[in-house]
Amino acid sequence: MLKPLIVIRRTPKIDFMRWHKLGFAFSAFLTLSSIGLFLGLGLNYGIDFVGGTLLQVRVTPGPANLAEMRHQLDALNLGEASLQGFGSPSDVLIRLPRQPGGDAAQEKAVEAARKALGPGVDYRRIEVVGPSVGAELIRAGVTATVLALFAIAVYIGFRFEWQFGIGGMISTLHDVLTTVGIFALFRLEFDLTTLAAILTVAGYSVNDTVVIYDRVRESMRKYPRMPLAELINLALNETLSRTILTVSTVALAVLSLLFLGGPVLRGFSIAMLWGVVIGTYSSLFIAAPVLYYVRPNRAAIARPGEGAARPLTRAR
Amino acid sequence: MLYFARWKIVLICAVCALGVLLTIPNLVSPATLDRLPAIIPHKQIALGLDLRGGSYLLLQVDVAAAERERLNSLIDNVRNALLDANIGYTGLAVKGDAIVFKIRQPERIDDARQALAKIDPDLVTTIAADGSGSAQFSTAATEQRRRQAVDQSIEIIRRRIDETGTKEPTIEREGEDRILVQLPGIDNPERVKALLGRTAKLTFQLVDTGASLEDARSGHLPPGDEILPAAESDRARYGPSAYVVKKRVIVGGDMLVDAQPTFQNNEPVVSFRFDAEGARRFGDVTRENVGKPFAIVLDNKVISAPIIREPILGGAGIISGSFTVQSASDLALLLRAGALPAPITILEERTVGPGLGADSIRAGTTACVVGVVLVVVFMILFYGLFGVFADIALFFNLCLMLGSLSLIGATLTLPGIAGIALTMGMAVDANVLIYERIREEVRGGRTMLSALDAGFKRAFGTILDSHITTLVAGALMFWLGSGPVKGFAVTLSIGVLTSLFSAILVTRLLIVSWVRNWRPRAVPI
Repeated sequence: MLKPLIVIRRTPKIDFMRWHKLGFAFSAFLTLSSIGLFLGLGLNYGIDFVGGTLLQVRVTPGPANLAEMRHQLDALNLGEASLQGFGSPSDVLIRLPRQPGGDAAQEKAVEAARKALGPGVDYRRIEVVGPSVGAELIRAGVTATVLALFAIAVYIGFRFEWQFGIGGMISTLHDVLTTVGIFALFRLEFDLTTLAAILTVAGYSVNDTVVIYDRVRESMRKYPRMPLAELINLALNETLSRTILTVSTVALAVLSLLFLGGPVLRGFSIAMLWGVVIGTYSSLFIAAPVLYYVRPNRAAIARPGEGAARPLTRAR
Repeated sequence: MLYFARWKIVLICAVCALGVLLTIPNLVSPATLDRLPAIIPHKQIALGLDLRGGSYLLLQVDVAAAERERLNSLIDNVRNALLDANIGYTGLAVKGDAIVFKIRQPERIDDARQALAKIDPDLVTTIAADGSGSAQFSTAATEQRRRQAVDQSIEIIRRRIDETGTKEPTIEREGEDRILVQLPGIDNPERVKALLGRTAKLTFQLVDTGASLEDARSGHLPPGDEILPAAESDRARYGPSAYVVKKRVIVGGDMLVDAQPTFQNNEPVVSFRFDAEGARRFGDVTRENVGKPFAIVLDNKVISAPIIREPILGGAGIISGSFTVQSASDLALLLRAGALPAPITILEERTVGPGLGADSIRAGTTACVVGVVLVVVFMILFYGLFGVFADIALFFNLCLMLGSLSLIGATLTLPGIAGIALTMGMAVDANVLIYERIREEVRGGRTMLSALDAGFKRAFGTILDSHITTLVAGALMFWLGSGPVKGFAVTLSIGVLTSLFSAILVTRLLIVSWVRNWRPRAVPI
């Protein structure tokens, strides 16, 4: 019979609660610096949000001479053109700011750029986005994220107790904010797919939290008299192997997207990877210890047939 | 635990088989697909433009501009109505979305009301006792016209694009006043954009020979006249930079039944034909105005102003105006398709070349395959035989996902592919939760069967809770997102749903069959 090759045999005995204040401090630092970076440096918004023109070109024969291309484009007075290598040495991503004037002005800019770069350049992707759409997209993105946070908090509050909902929301907010912080710090392009990644992070990072909370609730019923800190520690240790394993499988998928999915998906993959890692950390060091402070009503949880949503967790 | 109702087994197997069946068409080339027997579905997942290459245009119908134009013509109507009824007025002007005026003689207010009511049934007129009044279209009428303007624009855009011979274009409304145009396989949309950017409103109007351009410009514009600039080609040829033209439209482009590019004296021109009503009107006016010029006006520019040499009674004519072969055929196309009810601006344009699309498919597929292989190996390493069960369930999950996407006719985009890879990683989460629970129950001293049973039952609530939060995020993305985000939300949500089925039911069925047939004495994890 096919036996597993790797088995985590023993339940670990890590004293998470002893270190939780350090975790809080570290997370406060991460979150505050993320907010600071976001407000101070701002995000490197892609043209999806701020409008402008994007050209993805392949130079044949490669490699592309970025300095020369920048020089050619700067001579056109189209504003500050940004150029970056994109995946391979012969691929270049060019961003031009939105030109004053209507559609025709943007079109002229593209034509001028084409002429300046000359032959031997293959235009693989051309995107021209007006400014009005961007503002709407940002509004929709922020709305969706805020709604997601609340929806998750309400759902957890409904399935457990409201105190758990608060813990879930705090840790999810932490995950979302630090992901935004990473994008601000490393000047990664923030576009529509990044937004999708952040929403997915919000939805996914709660997974571990829910698994841990589930165990906390179960232990509360099992050991009504165990001190809360000890009980949280027990729940974290008992679920640690599944926390690590579930995250690993998702991380494997995300890593293959990051390394093999091509440059277009890079921002998405980085956001997902960070979100998955930080989501696990925050489940262990934020979501669970927060319970210690919000003090769930153990009497209500211990009483069978009480509290929300008993039917779904039947068969005790 | 061992008991599995027969209908449940049949149902699970049927769903899995259906998933595989629906996936098959996506794995073969279209040529092979045609040769497959009818029992296999032929629906393939549609690829988004970022994968197959093509152009995507987001257009905005400028309804406000159409409203402004309507108000300007309304002001003429109000003026004419009051003049015809011999009612004195002052201060006639456009204010916001209404026309304001003041009736000089308060005793004629009722007459004014009657005169204005005849203009348009949707016109709401209010006149106060001191004679100051306003006229505007009712909100319902304006609202309806907005909707109609967008609907009509979609129709006309469709006709224009069809005339260019683009294959499988998609033209749909987005939001209130936007139109999304998708043109697969077009990697240089300049011609389409040029065609869409023009309103193509054609009118034939008489030139007012009694008024000079200088007088008109210095403020002595005869009532009922307007100054229209000459098109560049006309200016280059004949000189005048503008014409004083009577506002009354003899015939409009809506009365054309055909327009074709052709040649006259070796020069490209556009020949056209009016419908019966247009032909009659054109005949009448040209008979009365022989020797005078009339203006052919396109989008408020005079393309040419030929002299009427003889009455044009047949309802057919020619527009000449220094055309090139291309511009003549474009104009003919625009005239055939009809005028847009409102100007259109391009909000967004995204064009992906076929090379990049193919690269994206390759990279996305590679990432998916490698991701799945890593997960499969990972599960076997950590769970042995049970890992194999999870992997089999994962295979069916993938099929169900691709099958569902084909079935609902979803469009697969690059972020959508990322969503597939991601849900493959998430799908086995449920297996991990179940297996870890079983392990724990075994350690807790339960027998094999009761441990299996408890593992599935107790993990179920946890799995449900953790999946629902992801679904919430997916639903919000679908609701509030656009384009690529939507595509991703669809694959993510479908993947989460199918993984619930496969990880719980399929895995359970596999384990139950294994226990029944092999009668193992211990759980191999």
